[in-house]
Amino acid sequence: MADAIVARGLVKTYGSVRAVDGLDLNVPEGTVLGLLGPNGAGKTTTVRMLTTLITPTAGQITVRGVDVLAHPNEVRRVIGVSGQYAAVDEHLTGHENLEMVGRLYHLGKKRARARARELLERFDLTDAADRPSKTYSGGMRRRLDLAGALVAAPPILFLDEPTTGLDPRSRIGMWDVLNELVREGTTLLLTTQYLEEADELAEDIIVIDHGRAIARGTPDQLKQQVGGERLEITLHSKADASAVVSAVAALGLADYTIDDAAHRVVVPVADGTEALFEAVRRLDAAKIKPADIGVHRPTLDDVFLKLTGRPAEDETEEEP
Amino acid sequence: MDAIIDGWVVAKRNLIKIKRVPDLLIFSTIQPIMFVLLFAYVFGGAISAPGVNYREFLMAGIFTQTVAFGSSITGMGLAEDMTKGIIDRFRSLPMSRAAVLVGRTTSDLINNVLVVVIMAICGLIVGWRTHTNALDVAAGFGLLFLFGYAMSWISATIGLSVRSVEVAQSAGFIWMFPLTFLSNAFVPTDTLPTFLQYVADWNPISAIVAALRDLWGNAPTGAARGSGWSMENPGLYSMITIAVILVVFVPLSIRAYRRAASR
Ligand SMILES: Nc1ncnc2c1ncn2[C@@H]1O[C@H](COP(=O)(O)OP(=O)(O)OP(=O)(O)O)[C@@H](O)[C@H]1O
Ligand SMILES: [Mg+2]
Repeated sequence: MADAIVARGLVKTYGSVRAVDGLDLNVPEGTVLGLLGPNGAGKTTTVRMLTTLITPTAGQITVRGVDVLAHPNEVRRVIGVSGQYAAVDEHLTGHENLEMVGRLYHLGKKRARARARELLERFDLTDAADRPSKTYSGGMRRRLDLAGALVAAPPILFLDEPTTGLDPRSRIGMWDVLNELVREGTTLLLTTQYLEEADELAEDIIVIDHGRAIARGTPDQLKQQVGGERLEITLHSKADASAVVSAVAALGLADYTIDDAAHRVVVPVADGTEALFEAVRRLDAAKIKPADIGVHRPTLDDVFLKLTGRPAEDETEEEP
Repeated sequence: MDAIIDGWVVAKRNLIKIKRVPDLLIFSTIQPIMFVLLFAYVFGGAISAPGVNYREFLMAGIFTQTVAFGSSITGMGLAEDMTKGIIDRFRSLPMSRAAVLVGRTTSDLINNVLVVVIMAICGLIVGWRTHTNALDVAAGFGLLFLFGYAMSWISATIGLSVRSVEVAQSAGFIWMFPLTFLSNAFVPTDTLPTFLQYVADWNPISAIVAALRDLWGNAPTGAARGSGWSMENPGLYSMITIAVILVVFVPLSIRAYRRAASR
C-alpha cells in the first residue's frame, strides 16, 4: 500500500522550545494513525506542519507523493483539516460558513449549497443551520468545523482532537462518521487525549512526548508492552489478604502484589478467564467473600502512564 | 483571477458582518457628518476661499479626509481576522493567498461608498452643489474611491505588521491627522507659512482634493489654488500617487499577511 502521508525528521522550534523534535511518521493510504500525547507534547504543532499551516524548522513532508513545502496548494486540494480550535466565522450562520468553504473550493453556488445542507444534516446541525455560529455551543461549533473539513470530500483528513468537548453521545456519533469515512477509503490522521478513542479508531498509534515519538505500534502491541492480563481481587478487610494469597497465588505466573491501602491482591495470569473461574472456586472453598473480583486487561491508559510517567488526561481543561 | 473570485467570496463574508454588526458603519459615518456640520457652521464663518462658497470648497476636503481615515478600518479588520480561527480555515484551502486581502479591501471599498453617499446627502443639505456635467461629477467620485482603495492597502500593511487590533487601530489613525490637516482640505494653502505651504501643495491629499474641486466646479481662484507642478496638474499627480501606493503596498501587505499568518 502506498503511503498517503510521510514525514521525515520533522522539527519545529520556538526560540529554545523544541515543540517537535525529529519526528518520523507515515500513514498508508486508507488507514488511521492516532497521535497520542500529553498536553504540550507537540501534537498540534505536528498537525499544523503537515497541513501547510506552519513551516517546519527542518524535515520533509510529502502528502500523496507531493512535497508539502514546495507545493502547498496542490496538497491543500486533497486534504481536509479540522484544528484544535474551531475555524468557523462567528458572524456567519452554519450554512453560510459551509457554503463559503464550498465556494472557496470552487464547487459552484448550487453544489456548495447542496453540500452545506448535506453536511449540516450529517452532523445534526440542521435546526441551527440559519443561526450565526456565535450562538452555537462548543460541541456544535466543533461539529461545524469538522463539517468544514469535509466539504470537498477530501481523501486525506487531519483532525486535531476531534472529540474534545463533545458529550458522550456526540462523541460516539463522531466515531461512527469517522469509521464510515475510513470504510469509504479516507486516510485519517488524528490526535487525541482519549485513549479509548485511539483504541476505537486507530490502526496505528504513535505516542509522543516532548516532540519525540516514545512508542509506536498497533493498540495491541502497545498494550503488550505493559504486560498481559491480571487477576484483581478486592477484599472487605485487610485481614483476609493472607488467606486469599494462599488460595490463589498458585494460579499466577509471576509474583503477586498486595495493595494494602486498597485491600487488593493483584496476580498476573496467563489466561484471565480460566484463572477467574479457578480463583472463584478456591475462594468459595475457603469461605472468603471478596468485595470485587475481576480480570484486568491493560488499557492504553496503562501504556500512557508507563511511557510518559503521567496520566493522559492530566491538566486537560476540558472534560466532557 | 482566483484572487478576484475568492476575494469576492471573502468580501461577502465581511459584508455579512457589517450587516449583522452595523456599529462600525454607523460610527464611521457619524464622524464625517460631524465634520461637515462643524466646518460648515462653526469654522465656515472664519475661513473663506476666493471665488467659491466655503461650503462647496469644503466638501471635497471632507470627502477626501473621510476616505483617508476610513481606510484605517482595513488594517483593523485584518488584524482582527488574524486573531480568529477562520484564518486557519482559509489557509488550509487551495485558495489564492491574496484573497483575504482582496476581500477585505473590496468590502471596505463598499463600506466607503455607503459612507460617502450618506455624506453627499448631508453636504447637499448644508448647501453643497456641483457645477459641472454628470460625467465629471462621477469621475470625481471614481477618483475618490480609487484613492480610498489604495489607502486601504497601506492600512492593510500596517494592520498585518502589528500584533494586536488595538495597535492596528491607533497606528492606522495617528498619521492621518497631519496628513489631512497639512493640506488644502479645509483652508486654501496660500494662507499657510511659506514652508508649510510648500509641504501642503505637494501633499498627495491636496492633489486629490484639488482634482475633486476641479471636477465638481468647486475650485477657488487665483493664489488660493496653490502653486507648483502638483497643484497645476492635480489629476495627474493624484493618479501617479495612487499607482505608486498600489505598486508598493499590494506586494508589501501580501508579504505581511504570509508572515502574520504563519507566526
Ligand atoms: N507559537 C508558539 N510559540 C511558542 N511556543 C509554542 C508555539 N506553539 C506551540 N508552542 C510550544 O510547543 C509545544 C508543543 O505545543 P503543541 O500545541 O503542539 O502541543 P499539543 O500536543 O498539541 O498539546 P495539547 O494537548 O495541550 O493541545 C508546547 O510547549 C508549546 O508551548
Ligand atoms: Mg494541541
